[in-house]
Amino acid sequence: MTRAGLSALWSYWRCNPLQLFTLITGLALATALWSGVQAINTEARASYDAAAATLGEGTFDQLLPKSGDRFDQSIYIDLRRAGWQVAPVLEGRLTGADGPLRLIGIDPLTAPAGIMPQTTTNDAGQSLSDVVTAQTVFVHPRSVAAARDMLTSPVVADRNLAPGTALADIGTVQKLLDQPGQLSRLIVAPRQARDLPALNDVAPDLRRLSANQGADAGRLTDSFHLNLTAFGLLSFAVGIFIVHGAIGLAFEQRRGLVRSLRALGLPLRRLIALLALELVVLALLAGCLGILLGYLIAATLLPDVAATLRGLYGASISGTLQLRPEWWLSGLGIALLGTALASGGALWRTARMPVLASAGARAWAMTAGRARVWQTWLAVMMLAISLALVWLADGLLLGFLCLGCLLLGAALALPACLDRALLLAERLSAAVRWQWFWADTRQQLPGLSLALMALLLAIAANVGVSTMVSSFRLTFTAFLDQRLAAELYINARSPEQSDRMQAFLVQDGATLLPVQSVDTRLAGQPAELYGARIGPTYIENWRFLAQGTDPWERVASGEAVIINEQLARRADLWPGDILAVAPGLSLPVAGVFGDYGNPIGQAIIGEALFRDLHPEVAVTRFGLRTDQPEALRDRLEARFDLAAGQIIDQAQVKRMSMQVFERTFTVTGALNILTLAVAGFAMLMSLLTLAGMRLPQLAPAWALGLTRAELGRLELLRALILAALTLICALPLGLALAWVLLALVNVEAFGWRLPMYLFPVDYARLAGLAILAALLAAAWPALRLARTPPADLLKVFANER
Amino acid sequence: MNARIFAILLCFLPLPALAQGFAGMGSEAEGFATPQPDPTFDFPADHGPHSAYRIEWWYLTANMTGPDDTPYGLQWTLFRSALEPEEREGWDSPQIWLGHAAVTTPDTHHSAERFARGGIGQAGVTPAPFEAWIDDWRMAGETLADVSLRATGPDFSYEVDLNAQGPLIFHGQNGYSVKSEAGQASYYYSQPFYSLTGTLTLPDGSVEVTGNAWLDREWSSQPLAEDQDGWDWFSLSFEDGAKLMAFELRQSDGRSYASGTWIEPDGRTTALPDGALSATPLETTDVADRTVPTTWRLEVPGRGVDVTVQALNPKAWMAVTPPYWEGPVTVTGSHKGRGYLEMTGY
Amino acid sequence: MLLELRSLAKSYETQTGPVPVLRGVDLVLEAGHTLALTGESGSGKSTLLHLVAGLDTADGGEIRINGRDIAGLDDAGSAALRRGTVGVIFQQFNLIPSLSVQANIAFQARLAGQHDPARDARLAEALGLQDQLGKYPEQLSGGQQQRVAIARTLAAQPRLVLADEPTGNLDEATSGAVLDELLSLVAQTGAALMMVTHSTTLAARMDRHVHLSRGRIA
Repeated sequence: MTRAGLSALWSYWRCNPLQLFTLITGLALATALWSGVQAINTEARASYDAAAATLGEGTFDQLLPKSGDRFDQSIYIDLRRAGWQVAPVLEGRLTGADGPLRLIGIDPLTAPAGIMPQTTTNDAGQSLSDVVTAQTVFVHPRSVAAARDMLTSPVVADRNLAPGTALADIGTVQKLLDQPGQLSRLIVAPRQARDLPALNDVAPDLRRLSANQGADAGRLTDSFHLNLTAFGLLSFAVGIFIVHGAIGLAFEQRRGLVRSLRALGLPLRRLIALLALELVVLALLAGCLGILLGYLIAATLLPDVAATLRGLYGASISGTLQLRPEWWLSGLGIALLGTALASGGALWRTARMPVLASAGARAWAMTAGRARVWQTWLAVMMLAISLALVWLADGLLLGFLCLGCLLLGAALALPACLDRALLLAERLSAAVRWQWFWADTRQQLPGLSLALMALLLAIAANVGVSTMVSSFRLTFTAFLDQRLAAELYINARSPEQSDRMQAFLVQDGATLLPVQSVDTRLAGQPAELYGARIGPTYIENWRFLAQGTDPWERVASGEAVIINEQLARRADLWPGDILAVAPGLSLPVAGVFGDYGNPIGQAIIGEALFRDLHPEVAVTRFGLRTDQPEALRDRLEARFDLAAGQIIDQAQVKRMSMQVFERTFTVTGALNILTLAVAGFAMLMSLLTLAGMRLPQLAPAWALGLTRAELGRLELLRALILAALTLICALPLGLALAWVLLALVNVEAFGWRLPMYLFPVDYARLAGLAILAALLAAAWPALRLARTPPADLLKVFANER
Repeated sequence: MNARIFAILLCFLPLPALAQGFAGMGSEAEGFATPQPDPTFDFPADHGPHSAYRIEWWYLTANMTGPDDTPYGLQWTLFRSALEPEEREGWDSPQIWLGHAAVTTPDTHHSAERFARGGIGQAGVTPAPFEAWIDDWRMAGETLADVSLRATGPDFSYEVDLNAQGPLIFHGQNGYSVKSEAGQASYYYSQPFYSLTGTLTLPDGSVEVTGNAWLDREWSSQPLAEDQDGWDWFSLSFEDGAKLMAFELRQSDGRSYASGTWIEPDGRTTALPDGALSATPLETTDVADRTVPTTWRLEVPGRGVDVTVQALNPKAWMAVTPPYWEGPVTVTGSHKGRGYLEMTGY
Repeated sequence: MLLELRSLAKSYETQTGPVPVLRGVDLVLEAGHTLALTGESGSGKSTLLHLVAGLDTADGGEIRINGRDIAGLDDAGSAALRRGTVGVIFQQFNLIPSLSVQANIAFQARLAGQHDPARDARLAEALGLQDQLGKYPEQLSGGQQQRVAIARTLAAQPRLVLADEPTGNLDEATSGAVLDELLSLVAQTGAALMMVTHSTTLAARMDRHVHLSRGRIA
C-alpha cells in the first residue's frame, strides 16, 4: 500500500519536473545562502580562537604601556625582581610581497602553559634550543613560504597558529623588528606570590588590562558577524518564500490526487505520513545541494571577509575553508526547518480536507478574501510592533527585531496594497479590454504574491544596505578630512626621542599637535581622556553634532570638556551637562563630536589642564602642520634614526582607511546581488507554473478575439506592472530599512549614529535592474503563451470543468 | 649528588615536547668543559657561575625550630642550565635559570618555582659581593659566609639570615666527586655550618625561627650514567656536632652506587667510597600517586652509625617541574640529630 | 445479505440551518444483484452512495455490509473497506493523471495488496484498452477514461461495486457500450452493483430499480 501510494505521489513530480526543480532549487538556494554565511562565521570564529589562544588574550590579564605601544624591557626585569610573575610579549608587523606578517615574540620559559603552540609534527623541532638559540620562527602552514621570503631565521610550520601570524622567541622578534630591548605588553600569570608590591610602585608607566576587558575587537567583529547572520537569515527568508510557493502549489494541484487516493482506500494518516516522508527526502536532497552551494559561496567570499576583518579590526582569519561537521548538520537542519515552515500549513489543510472536497485544482493561493484580511491584519500588527520598537528598542537584538518586523510586516502587506492599486486601475480604465486586463491581473495576484514579496524584500534590502553603505562612506570621508588635518603623523620611540624631535620641530617652524591621552573611566564607562593643544586646526576643521557657545575657547581655557558621540549616547550627556573628568574635577560638556570607528568613549580637555591632571604622560605621538610635508619628512629622517612606520603622511592614512572601508562592504554587496537573483528566480518560477494553470482564464479572452501574440504581450506587461508596483513599495521600505540600520542598529552596535543621505541615481539603477529581472522572468512564460497551439486553448472548452 | 642533574634536565617542561629533546642530552658533553681530578678552587670567583659547564646549582636546605619547639624545614635552590658553553648578552644568552623554594612544617608543605632567561638581569650570581637571585628570590651578602635569604610563593614566604660557623667542606677528592663506576663526576663543595635566624610567613601567620642550614655548590657537564634512574640523598647533622652527607644512585639493574662524606665537628672530612655505607627503606608513604620511602635505615659501619631516618612530614612533595620529594628528617638510633632527605625517580 | 440499509438519515449544515437529504432509507441488496438508484437532482442518491462507500458518515440509521455495521468505522477502517470490499466508480473517473493507464488499472489492487497482472490484462482486453496501456489519462477520450476506471475498480475484486453516474460524462452511444461492458464484467465476478443514474433507460437494464424522492424511497 505504501509503495503504491508513494509511486502515485512521486509520479506527480515526474510529470511536473519544473515544480520539482523550483522546490529543490528554492530550498537549496535558501540553505546555500544561510550555510554559506554560517561557514564564514564559523571559520572566522575558529581563527579568532586560535589567535586568542596563541596570545593568551581573554585568558590572562595584561600589562600595557600607558602611552605609546612599546616600553623598555627593564620595566619587565623590575617587575620580575619585585616578584611579579609576568611574561613578556613583543608584537609587530613585517610587510613582504604577500602582505603583512604579524610577528609575536614570547619567552618560552615564563609564558603561561598553553601559550606556545604544541606542534605535533616534530617533537625535536621544538626544543628549547631551537626556540632560544637557533631562533626558529613558527608560522601557520599557509604563511611558511611568505615567511621564508621575509626572514632569515629557520621557519617551521605550525597549524595551531592563526594565519598570517608568526611566533618566535622574544629575542628573535626584537631583532627581526629592529626593536632591541623593547616589549609590547606583559601577560600576568594567574597565580602570583603573596604580598606583591603595587603595580604603580614598581612600574608606574604600565596599566593593567583585565582578561575580559580586552574584547573590544571581539565586540566589533561580533557585530560584523551579526550583520552577516542577519543577511543570511534574510536570504533564507527569501528562499523560504519560494519553497512555500512551490510546496503550496504542489499540494493544491494534488488535491484531486489526494481525493482519488483516499477514495480508493488509502488511509488519511498513511497519506500524510507519505507526504511528510516525501518532503523530508526532498529537503535532505535540497539541503545537501544547498550545503555544496553554500560552500562555494563561502569559499568565494571568505578571502574578502578575511581582508575586511584584518583591515578593520586587525583580526586575522584563515582565508581557506574547512568542512566542519557542525556546519553540515546546521545546513541540513535549516533545510528541514525551512521545509517544515513552508509545508506545515499545506499539510495541515490536507489533513483536514474532507474526502469529498472539490477536486478542482484551484490556483493554490487564490484563497478567499478571509485569509487576505487575516494577512493584512497581521501585517498591520507587525508594522505597529516595528514602529513601537523604534522608540523602545534597547540593545542590538531588539534593533534587529525591529528590522525583522518591519520587513515581514511590509511583505505581508504587499498583496493587499497591490490589490488596491489594481482595483483602482480597473475602475479608472474605460476600455473593456483594459478592464479585463486589470481584473485578470488581480485574479493572478495571489499566485504571484509570494514571488512578489520575495522581490520586495530583495529590492528593499538592496536599497537599505546601499543607502547605509553610501551614507557611511560620505560621512566617513568627511570625518577623515576633518580629523586627519595634520600633514604628517609622528610616532616617537621613546619620550626622550619625542622631546628631541619636538625641540627640533619647533625650531623648524612646524606646528605640533601632540596626542596625549590616558585610559580612564568616565561616567562609569571605559574611556580615553585626551589633552589637546587647541589651535586653528581644531577650530577650523572639527564639526560638532551638538554644541554650546564657543566650545573650543572654553576647552582651551580649561572651563569645559568635549566628548565623543559614543560617550554622549551611552551616558546621556549633552552640551550643558556636567561630566566628572577626574576625581574632584567636573566640567560642563561644551560639545559632542562624531567619532566613527572608535569603540569606546572619548573626552577632550585643554592641554594645560591635562598636564596638571596627568603630568606623568609623555607625548610620543603628534601630528604636524606644515606647508612642505615632503621636505620636512626628509629633514626628520635625516636628523633622527627613524624606523619604518614612525612617520606616516596624511594621504597614506586616508588611503589605508578608505581601503579598509571599501573591503568591509564587498561581502554585503555580494550577498545583496545574490538575494536579488534569488528573488528573480522566484518570480520566473511562479510565472512559469502559473502559466499552465492560466489557460482556462485566457482561453475565453482568446475566443472573444484577442490574438495569442497579444495575450503574450499582455502577460509580459502584467509582470512588468506588478514588478513596478512592487518596486514602488520597496523604495520607501528600503529607506526605512536604511534608517533603522543607521539610526538604531548602528547606535546599538557601534555607539554612533550616521546621518542618512539619499542616492537617487543608485535607486534608479536598482529599479532598472529589478524591472529587467522581472522582464527576464516573464519573457519565457509569455513566449510560451504566444506559441500555445490553438488546440490546447480549445481543449479548455471541450474538457470537463 | 650530581643525580640532581637529572631533575634539572626535566625542568624545562613548560614546553611539553622538550623533555625528550633534553633527555637526549645523554652522557655526551659536546663543547662543554668536564670536571677534572685534583681541582684547585679560586674563591670567591668559584662561588659565581661557570658558564662553560652544562649544569650548576646553589642548593640550600635548613632545619629550624619555632618558639614553641615546632620543627620546620626550608629549601632554596637556584639552578643554572646551559644550552651552549658560554654566556652572551641579552636574550641571546644560552643560559637558563630555575628556582625552587619550599617550607615544610609537620603538617603542611608549601612550594613554588621560578623560571628565568640569562643575559637580561632577571636571574644570575655575582661572587663578590655575593648575590644569587632569580626574580625576587635572593641569597646575598658581603661574602658567602654571611648572607640573607628570601623567597616568596603564593602561600608562603621567608626571610632569614645565615652565618657560617665553620669552613667549606670539599667532597670526594678535594671537591672532585665521582658519581658512577663509569666515571661521571662533578665539582662539589658545601657550607654545612650555617646558623640561621629569621621569619617564616605561613598562611596562619609569621613564625620566628632559629636553626642551622646547609649549602651545596655543585657543577658539572656529565649527567647520570645511562643506567641510573633515581637517587636518595641525605644531609644529616648529629647532636655531637658531626655531619654526614650520603647519596645512593639506584640503577635499573637493582644495584646502586652509594657514596658520601663524614664531617667532623671541626670540619675535617673523610670520603666514604662506594660500599662504605648502605641505605634501606623501612616504611613508605603514598603521595601524589606515588609510593615513596619516608623512613630509612642508614648504616655507616666504619663510623658506628646505625640510625633510623624519618621524614618530619612524609607528604613533603615538591609539586614543581619535574616533581620530587624533598623535606626535613629526624634521626634516631646510634646517633640523634636532624637533616634533609631528597628522593627522585619514584 | 450483502448490503442492508436501515432508517438511513443524513442532513447537511447550511447557513440557514440543517437541510435533510436522506430521511430514513431502508434498502437491501444481495450478492450478484444489480440495483439502479434514480431520482431528481438533490434527491439524495449520490449522498446515499457516498455513505455506503464510507466516504461520508450518516447522522442516523445503519449501513451493514456483509452484516457488519460500518457506521462506527474510523478513517482507517473505512479506507480498508474501500480498498477491499467496496469499489467506487465516479462520474469524473478520478484517474491519477500522472500514472499510465496500466498503472492506473493496477493501482487499487496494489493498494489492497491483491494485484494480479493476468487479471488486469483480461480486464483491459475485455474493455478494449489493450492498445492504450502505455498512455496517460489525458490522452484518452472520456469513454476510454471511464473504461480505465471500471477496470481499476474490478481489478481489486470488490464484493460491492458502487457507480455514481458512470456514464454521465459520455455521449449516448459510448454510454451504452460502457454500461454493457460494466454489467457483463460485474456479472462475471459475481459482485453486486449499485448504480446511481438519472437515465431511466439505463435503470431499466438493472435487476431492480429504486427511485429516491425528497430523501425517501418512493
